[in-house]
Amino acid sequence: MSELNPALDHPTYNYKIVRQFTIMTVVWGIVGMLVGVVIAAELIWPWLNFNQSWLTFGRLRPLHTNAVVFAFGGCALFATSYYVVQRTCQVRLISDKLAAITFWGWQLVIVAAAITLPLGITSSKEYAELEWPIDILIAFVFVIYGIVFFGTIVKRKTSHIYVANWFYGAFIVAVAVLHIVNSLAIPVSLTKSYSIYAGTVDAMVQWWYGHNAVGFFLTAGFLGMMYYFVPKQADRPVYSYRLSIVHFWALVAVYIWAGPHHLHYTALPDWAQSLGMVMSIILLAPSWGGMINGMMTLSGAWDKLRTDPILRFLVVSLSFYGMSTFEGPMMSIRTVNSLSHYTDWTIGHVHSGALGWVAMISMGAVYHLIPILYGKSQMYSIGLINIHFWMSTIGTVLYITSMWVNGILQGLMWRAYNQDGTLTYSFIESVIASYPGYMVRLAGGVIFFGGMLVMAYNVYMTVRKNFQAEPASTAA
Amino acid sequence: MTSFWSGWIIILTTLTIIGISWILVANRKGQAKSGDQTTGHVYDGIEEFDNPLPAWWFYMFIATIVWGVAYLLAYPGMGNYPGLLGWTQIGQHDAEVARAELKYQEMRDKYLALPIAEIATDPVVRKMGQRLFRNNCAQCHGSDAKGTQGFPNLADNDWIFSGAPNAIKSTISDGRQATMPAWSAILGDQGVAETTAYILSLNGRTTDESLSDAGKKRFQTYCIACHGVDGTGNPMLGAPNLTNGIWLYGGTQSQVAQSISDGRNGVMPAHKEMLGEDKIHIIAAYVYSLSH
Repeated sequence: MSELNPALDHPTYNYKIVRQFTIMTVVWGIVGMLVGVVIAAELIWPWLNFNQSWLTFGRLRPLHTNAVVFAFGGCALFATSYYVVQRTCQVRLISDKLAAITFWGWQLVIVAAAITLPLGITSSKEYAELEWPIDILIAFVFVIYGIVFFGTIVKRKTSHIYVANWFYGAFIVAVAVLHIVNSLAIPVSLTKSYSIYAGTVDAMVQWWYGHNAVGFFLTAGFLGMMYYFVPKQADRPVYSYRLSIVHFWALVAVYIWAGPHHLHYTALPDWAQSLGMVMSIILLAPSWGGMINGMMTLSGAWDKLRTDPILRFLVVSLSFYGMSTFEGPMMSIRTVNSLSHYTDWTIGHVHSGALGWVAMISMGAVYHLIPILYGKSQMYSIGLINIHFWMSTIGTVLYITSMWVNGILQGLMWRAYNQDGTLTYSFIESVIASYPGYMVRLAGGVIFFGGMLVMAYNVYMTVRKNFQAEPASTAA
Repeated sequence: MTSFWSGWIIILTTLTIIGISWILVANRKGQAKSGDQTTGHVYDGIEEFDNPLPAWWFYMFIATIVWGVAYLLAYPGMGNYPGLLGWTQIGQHDAEVARAELKYQEMRDKYLALPIAEIATDPVVRKMGQRLFRNNCAQCHGSDAKGTQGFPNLADNDWIFSGAPNAIKSTISDGRQATMPAWSAILGDQGVAETTAYILSLNGRTTDESLSDAGKKRFQTYCIACHGVDGTGNPMLGAPNLTNGIWLYGGTQSQVAQSISDGRNGVMPAHKEMLGEDKIHIIAAYVYSLSH
């Protein structure tokens, strides 16, 4: 497997698997975000479902979340982790065949999701809607993924394990455990199963899973991405090794506790709610450790932001990361949560992480990867990367500000009452008041989605055979 | 919770908090190589500095841990330990409800003592009733109270059960159940078609005369017990008037045929426990005012 390339001081890496996952990152990003735009429009004009059950909001919403988190985000994590683990361990993946199984297995999961969810085949667990045969396939793919990833680390040529791989490793292990435990169910047919948990226990397991899907899939995994691509693109050493040790261990130890803050003022016992809230507050500093390490890595290289739109993607994603990891602990406080819960604020919070952090750092990583993977000196158009950067930033800002306004508006309207003790507003009045925010959100989503199309064009023009750029120096 | 699980939670929480505190403090000390000195590790060209933990970040971390410990002393969190403040979410809810009752009870009691038909003319009561209606009843009956298929219009003067003030109140308070049995097994397709034709003819609709004549016989055999000889219904049983062109489940030929063939089961849930008599009294006045 590790035949040495005589021209280089490292073995030839398996770039085929990285290329496959990178291209699918762009493809699934477009699909997932398009569905997001459609359902944002359905909230304004409900007739857009054309009375077709498979086009209704309830069916398309899980398709959107699964497509952007697991298809777009998942492919970005597979692509970058396979790339980073090879380059930072100076060794080829232990098995090309097993890696190929993860690629085709994961695409099969995505296609199965895209078929079953619109048909209404669902376990009804949020972010874990897929039915049991697909769940088994996911578990299988993740076990193979773990074997390839950790096997490669075991065979590394470097003395230490680079910090990016700690985070990727934590993501792979934790997601496998979370997925298997939360998805345990008793099948009654090929397309229907019942969870082995019931009532409050079911809710607690679900949000232990749900919050750590955010914590380990969307945070730890993408911090792994950050720890490679930020110093690499900035060409600067990482700011602090000891900070990475402290925030890594604190992050993985504390995140796993935070789930109960999704269940404030419910049937969940008070003690569990309190622990979830306390750990969420303590999570602020470990979360910010990653932001500090990324941002401070740029000290001495800030001028590069003027000329390098890829670095802009990475740095702005860290800003959104810092903002949403501050917002999250605040929203987990009981009194804040009693205002924000069940409102659009939650949706805005998720998207400041999903659009601002996860999507934008993935875009930066893809722009870094594509020329290297296809032997080109740079992307087809740096100007188009810059346009994409601004579309993503403006789209994200429109999205989250409109949802802040809507969320606080809804929260205040729901609790407003009159001198006679009756509620001032009915629910439908808060829906009507939300329309302007829905319009702004749709505009933000359309702009963000448009940026993905710009990216797809730029990627296509770069990878096509007759793009005549200087071949990249692969020894970089 | 058994004391075993309570202890388990306390130990696990304590160990986690001690663990993260230790890793934070342990890595603050020791020779941090700041500035240009790297750790000596190189990964694919990436080096690492070993700058000390930023002081503001270190103290922020400490502050959140201290706050967390204080919160767990004050509030429930450590297993069965109730916390110094004795706070529970049930307690908070009950206290807020008690405060509201104290504040608003007098006014509501004043209205409760008056007859529904009388307070229904009071604009203050109507406004209050409308707001209660919109938050408790509009989900089914619509914010204009005009209902939709399967949910009766409350703004007209057609009543499935009685529209007398106290009957409205009793409908809200105790709920209602109006069951129309399924007749397909007894009437057969032909019988359903005949009965449908007859019922439509009662509403002045043009139907096949031979069908509706046959349907009349069916009606008199099977339907008059509840809907009456003339088909005008019986509010005691919740059997609707079939002659006034108002259709709870739709008035097309196929909808009427489906009601006869498959039956219907209308349920109004009881709200006594949820709203209390005082609020129901005010809502009843609002509903009464819509048609008076």
